[in-house]
Amino acid sequence: MNAVTKPANTAALDRYRMMRRIRSFEERVGELFLKGESAGSMLHLSIGEEAVVGMTAAMQAGDTFTTHHRGHGVFIGRGGDPARMMAEIAGKEDGYCRGKGGSMHIADRALGHLGANAIVGGGIPHIVGAGLTYRNTRSGQISVAFFGDGAMSQGILYESMNMAALWHLPVIFCCINNQYGMGTRVDRSAGHRDFPGRAEAFGLNAMRADGADVEAVHDAARFLAGSAREGRPGFLEIDAYRFYGHARMDKSPYRTPEEEATGRARDPVANARARMAAEGLANTAELDAIDTEAGTEMDHALAHAIAATPPALATMFQDVYAPGTPAPRPHAARLMHVLGEGARA
Amino acid sequence: MIESTYRDAIRQALLDAMAVDPSIILIGEEVGLYGGAYGVTKGLIDLYGPERVIDAPISEPAIVGAAVGAAMTGMRPVAELMYVDFIGMTMDQLANQAAKSRYMFGGQIGVPMVLRTQGGTGRSAAAQHSQSLEAWVMHTPGLRLVMPATVNDAYHLLRQSLTQADPVVFIEHKGLYTMKGALDVDTPDGAWGAPVTRRAGRDLVILSYSRMLHESLAAADRLAASGVEAEVIDLRCLNPLDMAPLIEAVKRTGRAMVVTEAVVTGSVASEVAARLSETCFDWLEEPILRLGGEDIPIPVSPALERGSIPSAQLIHDTARWLVTREAPEWAA
Ligand SMILES: Cc1ncc(C[n+]2csc(CCOP(=O)(O)OP(=O)(O)O)c2C)c(N)n1
Ligand SMILES: [Mg+2]
Repeated sequence: MNAVTKPANTAALDRYRMMRRIRSFEERVGELFLKGESAGSMLHLSIGEEAVVGMTAAMQAGDTFTTHHRGHGVFIGRGGDPARMMAEIAGKEDGYCRGKGGSMHIADRALGHLGANAIVGGGIPHIVGAGLTYRNTRSGQISVAFFGDGAMSQGILYESMNMAALWHLPVIFCCINNQYGMGTRVDRSAGHRDFPGRAEAFGLNAMRADGADVEAVHDAARFLAGSAREGRPGFLEIDAYRFYGHARMDKSPYRTPEEEATGRARDPVANARARMAAEGLANTAELDAIDTEAGTEMDHALAHAIAATPPALATMFQDVYAPGTPAPRPHAARLMHVLGEGARA
Repeated sequence: MIESTYRDAIRQALLDAMAVDPSIILIGEEVGLYGGAYGVTKGLIDLYGPERVIDAPISEPAIVGAAVGAAMTGMRPVAELMYVDFIGMTMDQLANQAAKSRYMFGGQIGVPMVLRTQGGTGRSAAAQHSQSLEAWVMHTPGLRLVMPATVNDAYHLLRQSLTQADPVVFIEHKGLYTMKGALDVDTPDGAWGAPVTRRAGRDLVILSYSRMLHESLAAADRLAASGVEAEVIDLRCLNPLDMAPLIEAVKRTGRAMVVTEAVVTGSVASEVAARLSETCFDWLEEPILRLGGEDIPIPVSPALERGSIPSAQLIHDTARWLVTREAPEWAA
């Protein structure tokens, strides 16, 4: 066996495994909702966008990132624990954010996840700040913002890209273009559709990669990550397709079945699987084993989330401010002060 | 008189107003083909076309800013913010531009626009999609602020908003869209700026608006069962707000509480309570109470979310406490 290509092959297989885990996870999120166990219905699945693993795999331990509201896949790609993620999506105490944040607000300081955001574009400028930290401390880290095509319409993206270029920051703006912002296809939200061209105009290294091909995404991401670490910020558009509705309640009546069939045929997971088999990196039995293992892992995550306990009511007052400072006073305490025994003494 | 949902009443108001006033345009995310994130503008693009029902990119500051400019030049735009939580992004256009143009420019340039949006809890939509931010609007001179609680008000207050000379922020509640009620397109519940008494009572006044009005009415029913008669007043128009009927009611009963879903600190409830304290001091038997959302961001966990805002039970218990001076179990 060739000693040089083996690690690369293993890595490609790892990327396939990671994509399969993301898809299995998102499918279980759908089940969690159907069982009535999710905290609400604002659940945005990243099925069809798993090639983002090409970007997350190009990052290193210590690198940080922010995501948009469709960020489950990105975090799994960066090592997120599916059981704690699922528990958070169910609003449980041992979820990543103690049941305070939910699907749209998962964060994990330890793994560099500076937070998922439900404000379109809200997390983008945070990587500019992170980039300043890493530049000034010469730490060698980079920070990556993941966001959708919808955020290409937010002014704050352009302010952020300009600052990143001006200050030579180690950051990457990663746009996961799934062709839709809710019911609006990109050709109905952008007068001119050249997203990398916009980034280039600000002075960034800008690339577009085929979101049906995780290896193409990875090649671009590796280049951009290497440059970013040297102070040349980058922009990557991952050209993908949102396989299902915007959130769980959306049946996408604004898309034709033909368009959906064509879009879903651009399946990064199926493509990677076919490629593994074709290139002899894994045989069907091995690939089946990977798939089964991912399914079992995510079944456990689902069961864990359902069995987990909800947070106690009093926890609502925790973490508004830092530990050691007085928590907000509950109404009951205020009313006691006004109406209780001795209030008129 | 017909039965309608809150959602359909708002849609009907837009539909009817656009039919008589060709200067009205709608601009917002998903207002056209999609029919609105909560279905309020469904079908309007088919009736009035894409020049008047305009699907905008996800660019809130420019949506509101464009509405300001259109209003300055003769249109009557209705800008839609999908969630009131996004108002922060648009605050410059709203508070520095829309609100101040008439004043700064010596009365020359008015901004007759409506900003429609929705807020509130109830869907486990978490901290950035569940807030009640009306105080931010009320704190800005130059803006009008309306929050309908009933189906009839949803229709009429929007029609009235669409005749004002100055910018109106019209905040719906996501938890009311499917609520049914009577709609009489010929008869408003009250005049612009006037509060409406939804239930008469002699022992105390509960002042509320938006979804909390309904919790307050439910609480008043329970109070009546134990002999406490609460008057319930719907504030509806928070700015302008005709204080006279409120002052009359508070002087008559000597006890009042203001109930909202918003966090209490710096709230509309605080403003109303302060005004009433100033004007009714000598008539008050008890301090004016404020009951609202706990002073925290909205948590996603359904139990915590519910527990962070007043319920009919909490309103009932607190009102009883205020009238009888017997502490409820949870306060003992
Ligand atoms: C500032 C802001 N505006 C509007 C919304 C409502 N909203 C939530 S997701 C979404 C579409 C976002 O599209 P995109 O950025 O492409 O992400 P995708 O959902 O496709 O992953 C919209 C309009 C929001 N959450 N925040
Ligand atoms: Mg999108």
